[in-house]
Amino acid sequence: MIDHSHDPSMERELDGNALAGMLETLFGSDMTAVPGRCAHCSTVNMVGAMRAYTGGPGAVLRCPACDGVVLRVVERVDATYVDVRGAAYLRFERR
Amino acid sequence: MASPIAWRIATVGTIRDETPTVRSFTLGLPDWPGHRPGQHVDLRLTAEDGYSVERSYSIASEPERRGEIDLTVERIEDGEVSAFLHDVVEPGDRLEVRGPIGGYFVWEAPLGGPLLLVAGGSGVVPLMAILRHRRRTGSHVPTRLLSSSRHAEEIIYRDELDALAAAGDGLEVIHTLTRSQPTGWAGYARRIDDRMLAEVLEPLGVSARVYICGPTALVEVAANAMVRLGLPPDRVRTERFGPTGT
Repeated sequence: MIDHSHDPSMERELDGNALAGMLETLFGSDMTAVPGRCAHCSTVNMVGAMRAYTGGPGAVLRCPACDGVVLRVVERVDATYVDVRGAAYLRFERR
Repeated sequence: MASPIAWRIATVGTIRDETPTVRSFTLGLPDWPGHRPGQHVDLRLTAEDGYSVERSYSIASEPERRGEIDLTVERIEDGEVSAFLHDVVEPGDRLEVRGPIGGYFVWEAPLGGPLLLVAGGSGVVPLMAILRHRRRTGSHVPTRLLSSSRHAEEIIYRDELDALAAAGDGLEVIHTLTRSQPTGWAGYARRIDDRMLAEVLEPLGVSARVYICGPTALVEVAANAMVRLGLPPDRVRTERFGPTGT
């Protein structure tokens, strides 16, 4: 197992799977297998494959191709804010 | 909006030591809706003053077991939740969990293979759910697990993996030990690298489905290698966890 605990930026880098519970609560169904198109570079990745940063005041999902911010979630006492400016789309398949 | 993943109360059953720093906890969940191999749960601890903390843990058990799940948890130094689970929790205690969660890092028998599973340390946990499910469903999908541990005594599920591999149903288990190796060790003895991944993938071919779980740096190395070896990115599924034990 690789130890990179000396690097504080790596320490907090996870992926969209780490936000799965929070996102499912917000969107009403699993989001990790939902493809999203990055508004910055147009690459399509499933939410589970995006980089997640959870160390700040909110949670941030970044595009694994260009590192652009795709989605931000900030939870406050009275409400949750979801900023999706970095997503050209999220694709929900009909079941 | 009603949350599809409500918090529910689990009762701790048996607790088993897997390695000196890793333990498995059976959680009784009478109304558990069932899960897909690779999914996880969120676990929430709340103190008397209302302070609460959540962590995600992969489910280690196969969905064919009803009414209970196993979590396998590594004790992380300074880890609020893992230290509590290791040092305080006893059989009969009650814990808050919600799930099952996730649909991206999931494999079920009808998906088929061949299957390459790559684990770093406790990253083997969701892959074990896949292997247990594969066994329980009688799947003969050609499967190889490459598992990286630091020392031999830190190999999680070692005996069960040996038994699964001995069943002769198309599973091979390959270990690498990165820090120390016992005398006569015949496995790999270095960190996972491109050459190792190419060798392990070779018998399965580039049509394999790949699941990689471990620390971020290991996942990056393995996922990039797979794409260079010619696998389509959408057949390579990854799950990263930080050293904080999330």
